[in-house]
Amino acid sequence: MIALPLLVERRQLVTPGDLLAEGDFQPGDNTYKSNGKIISQRLGLAEFKGKRVSVVALKGPYVPRVGDLVIGRIIDIVLGGWLVDINSPYTANLSVSDVTGKPFSPEMVSLSRILAIGDIVVAKVAAFDRTRDPAITIRERGLGRVEGGVIIDLTPTKVPRLIGRKGSMINMIKQLTKCEIIAGQNGKVLIKGRNLKMVELAIHSVRMIEEQAHTSGLTDRIRRFIEEEKEKASRMI
Amino acid sequence: MSITPQTEPLTKIKSRQMIEFLKSGKRLDGRTLTQHRNVKIEAGVIGKAEGSAQVTLGNTRVLVGVKIETGPPYSDTPNMGVLTVNAELLPLAHEVFEPGPPDENSIELARVVDRSIRESKALDLESLVIIPAKLAYVVFVDIYILNHDGNLFDASEYAAISALLNAKLPVVKVEGEEVKPTGEFKELPVRECPISVTIAKVDEALLVDPTLEEEVMASAKITITTTSTGKICAIQKSGGGAFTPQEILEAQRIARSKAEEIRSLIPGWGGRCG
Amino acid sequence: MGERKLIDENGLRVDGRRPDELRPIKMEVGLLANADGSAYIEQGKSKIIVAVYGPKEVHPKHLGLTGRAIIRCRYHMAPFSTPERKSPAPSRREIELSKIIREAFEPVIFSEYYPRSMIDIFIEVLQSDGGTRCAGITAASLALADAGIPLRDLVAACAVGKVDGQLVVDLNDVEDKEGEADMPVAYIPALNQISLLQMDGQLTEEEFAKALEMAKEACMKIYQLQKQTLKQKYVEAKEAVEKGEEA
Repeated sequence: MIALPLLVERRQLVTPGDLLAEGDFQPGDNTYKSNGKIISQRLGLAEFKGKRVSVVALKGPYVPRVGDLVIGRIIDIVLGGWLVDINSPYTANLSVSDVTGKPFSPEMVSLSRILAIGDIVVAKVAAFDRTRDPAITIRERGLGRVEGGVIIDLTPTKVPRLIGRKGSMINMIKQLTKCEIIAGQNGKVLIKGRNLKMVELAIHSVRMIEEQAHTSGLTDRIRRFIEEEKEKASRMI
Repeated sequence: MSITPQTEPLTKIKSRQMIEFLKSGKRLDGRTLTQHRNVKIEAGVIGKAEGSAQVTLGNTRVLVGVKIETGPPYSDTPNMGVLTVNAELLPLAHEVFEPGPPDENSIELARVVDRSIRESKALDLESLVIIPAKLAYVVFVDIYILNHDGNLFDASEYAAISALLNAKLPVVKVEGEEVKPTGEFKELPVRECPISVTIAKVDEALLVDPTLEEEVMASAKITITTTSTGKICAIQKSGGGAFTPQEILEAQRIARSKAEEIRSLIPGWGGRCG
Repeated sequence: MGERKLIDENGLRVDGRRPDELRPIKMEVGLLANADGSAYIEQGKSKIIVAVYGPKEVHPKHLGLTGRAIIRCRYHMAPFSTPERKSPAPSRREIELSKIIREAFEPVIFSEYYPRSMIDIFIEVLQSDGGTRCAGITAASLALADAGIPLRDLVAACAVGKVDGQLVVDLNDVEDKEGEADMPVAYIPALNQISLLQMDGQLTEEEFAKALEMAKEACMKIYQLQKQTLKQKYVEAKEAVEKGEEA
């Protein structure tokens, strides 16, 4: 038998059109198969798992998936609920009954007293398919209107890197900075903390992930960064 | 801005049937892959126009009128007459055509026909200047789509060249500042007979002279114009698909041989080529 | 025509190039902060900037397609891009080019992934010296990739023409205007398909076949540059931080 060639290395930077493997392989995320060839669809890093070849994209739009945690902004109030911008090609619907737990009745108090245009919510994608806009819910612990903190942008495809394997990256940053960090899959990150310096460090850590998501040794680099900065700060006092 | 068009797809049954037919080298209307529909060309159908022709390709029907006036030549071509091609996708030709200014489809159509005529040097523009940089003949070719059943590029091109071959040039005399018609006419200097052939790619098959149904099914089309001496003078790939280089070379061979057939049907050309 | 020689006695062109030689090309990605993807190209004296927005919501909603994203494309020349001021209103040429450029991208964009949405491609020619539709396509590919829009491949484009009886690649403005033929080609290497092809002027059958081959080769050179450009920023960032580590 002829060995079937795998044409790139793990974590190799690839572009759309790059040939990744030929022969008995299966196309994973961000790849497609054409005439027995597995080809990349996106700029990203090659990954393999068994016979499955995929690409971890460095950039890309956010497409909702049921169960995703997202951070959105109320952009309109319509009959029966709110429209929420979730940084995606599809505007999400949040229904009154989801928020109040009661069926919607038109004589009910003005919806803007519950959630106003411009309010930020942490929500979960409850339903979404190709034919209809996503429905989101805030009826779960930890979800709901955001009362404070800073929201920063992170390329949606890099959110998994912020979270890290089993939460390793985000937990480390939380622990070191003592900040609360909520990573919306839609590329919105909420950071809350009492100490301004710590909030700054957490923000900077997320920026490092934005710029260095494709590099190795990132977790250690961020740990070192936060520790050094904390030390500097303590010496100044 | 150009926007992906919304096209009504064929019914599943029909599209499946078309592809099945194509696999055995046949088309739904009984033609072979490289066969044109019935081509009918009638020249001189509009008496008020200096030249005119009506072409039918199956159910596709196109009328072209040529009007000739005098006016200033373009500043960058002071020694040439002016050729202007315009196309109207009339609302009476199909329910999808809306009245209004020309859209990208009518502009593309006009420009593809213009390119065939201009690049083949069919019209001897140099002989159409009256006073260099001041006065020249302006030849308007207006394409009127009367019924749309596919392959508007070719039907329009055949009608345009036929109308030009049919056209009479009003002789003028210049007296001081005034341009006066003498009442006499001479032949419009048409020196070439470019023929475009459009080939659509449906599934893997290359189809000459596609009907509207075939165009809906086609991933892409290519229009190749050749001259009577066998040179290629214009090409336009259109539609959202693509061709392999081999398909393009094959399309070129088909276009070349089909063009000869069509050229023999162009009224008025036979008399001039020799 | 024929007023000036376009190929000299050494077989070189007006700007000193060999027949199969591209003009100097400079590409850059991600230079516009607001766009989801952006790119800039200089090919000879032609300068073009491209922005891609989307996929985003279609307004009004009924214009969206249920099975795919619609693609909108605008090729536009700046009033100051040409020797004589060009009216900013879209010309018939620009309208036609917007259409065929959009059609050149339809086969590579996985538009079926984003139903009911739209993807905008804005191509602005800042300075025109021939070959702007091709350079615009080359740059738009980079902008689409930079936006992270899934693509079957990058599209690379280049014209082949005939000047003084000889086939040459990547025509500049003089060669385009005074030459005997011009054939812009957009090529999708991974699929071995041509998604834009136009021609004006006159070519024999043999010349046409050779021109197509030359266009493919020129596109492949541009394709390599496109890939390098896309990777460059990331490679530099990676080297910068990882080197720091070793030191």
